[in-house]
Amino acid sequence: MDSALIPRGVKRCPFPQFILFIAIVGAVLLWGVYAMLLCWFKGLNQTNMNDFYGFALWIWADLAVIAVGGGAFFTGLLRYIFGKDDLKNIINYAVLIGFICYSSALLILAIDIGQPLRGWFIFWHANVHSMLTEVAFCLSCYFGVLTIEYIPLVLENRQINKVPFFHHLGHNMHEIMAVFAATGAFLSFFHQGSLGGVAGVLYGRPFAYREGLFIWPWTFFLFTWSAAACGPCFTILVTKITETVTRKKLVKDTAIQLLAKISGWMILTYSIAKTADTWYWATVTVPSLGQTLMDFYSNNPFYGIWILILEIAICGFIPAFILITKKGRKNSAALWIAVFLAVTGVCINRWVMVLQIMAIPVLTFENWVLYLPSWQEIATTILPLAYGVILIAISYRYLPVFPNEPELNPIETLPAEEEEAVEPSVELEQELKPAEA
Amino acid sequence: MFPFSFEWIWDMGHVVFMGGLWYALTILGIGMSYCIIKAAMDACRGNDEHHH
Repeated sequence: MDSALIPRGVKRCPFPQFILFIAIVGAVLLWGVYAMLLCWFKGLNQTNMNDFYGFALWIWADLAVIAVGGGAFFTGLLRYIFGKDDLKNIINYAVLIGFICYSSALLILAIDIGQPLRGWFIFWHANVHSMLTEVAFCLSCYFGVLTIEYIPLVLENRQINKVPFFHHLGHNMHEIMAVFAATGAFLSFFHQGSLGGVAGVLYGRPFAYREGLFIWPWTFFLFTWSAAACGPCFTILVTKITETVTRKKLVKDTAIQLLAKISGWMILTYSIAKTADTWYWATVTVPSLGQTLMDFYSNNPFYGIWILILEIAICGFIPAFILITKKGRKNSAALWIAVFLAVTGVCINRWVMVLQIMAIPVLTFENWVLYLPSWQEIATTILPLAYGVILIAISYRYLPVFPNEPELNPIETLPAEEEEAVEPSVELEQELKPAEA
Repeated sequence: MFPFSFEWIWDMGHVVFMGGLWYALTILGIGMSYCIIKAAMDACRGNDEHHH
């Protein structure tokens, strides 16, 4: 039914099967949309946020998707600025994943602010003393960059590409993509950093407070570093999941191996820096504020020292050592484990920096306060996941997301299909046009 | 927020924050305008010299 829209040289499942899949995931999406509308029409009393938890599950989800979405800016930086040509085979997918992550982050923020109609206040009535203002600016602008990076892929759809204007537009955008990628890297560096920079002003919360360089606490750099390190792992993880679901090899090993290797070294250096930061914080900063390390990991039913070990050792050093060794990253099972651990590690880091901070008592008469999100918060956090699955499914079906797919998965065409396949497209007509003297 | 808004103050914070925002938006705006105008001109001329 939709064969005219499917890229040439690739095979897709029958249209009814595709629609069924979209309908199932769409039901989850609608559940999230229902919860979102409850939050908008009835207010934030639909959540379990309270005086202790002004940030909730959403803000963790927000920071987590921004961190794992960092694969787009870092892969773009490597591809367009540092000229790593092997990554051209995975850059489309990295951009798509980044686009989903950042649009999800903006959606979550739109729910979280309670009154989305006043969302523009942050631009017009900007509080220029807030790092979160910079985050909002950079996040919105970088989403614009990702949209610009995603548009050429949409324009490469078989039917859209037949329109001369769109064909030329896509080509022109490809030509100056390095400018957009550089702008994206600049914006990403600052908003990832500013999210970590918040810790520098949390003087009243010794668990979070960090010292640093001038106005930037060390967490400013660690947040950017961790996003650049673990974002590509998320790109690899989603690529592997897509390959498993489609039962096809979609990206050449050279691209995956290069990204995994770079990511491995980034994770290793990040983990060393994070260990040094934690050591200094535990031995200098925390005692100077009248507390000890174990104050933050005892006398409560959930947060123990295990979370620190899990974040830095198990989800930091282990994936790093797997990915920096050729043997480790060439082993499929080890690669799966490494990228999964790396992604888990950065999500735990954001959890700790958002939710554990607020669980810890800061006044002598306070106790630990644990947090259980409401179903509306859970549904609206799952909403971006369903949206992401749907957008990936539609993009995979109708757009040439994986340039290596036809080569890696050659298909035997039936006579009827062959007839359809030779239907002249603008591109083919151009290729077959005799050269002019 | 622009310098002609009543809330505007000529200090480092406003210049750096809002200047950074305009700078990024200007690059994206000029880049996209260039692509769109060139695409329209190429399409009008029937310029088919590139394939990708």
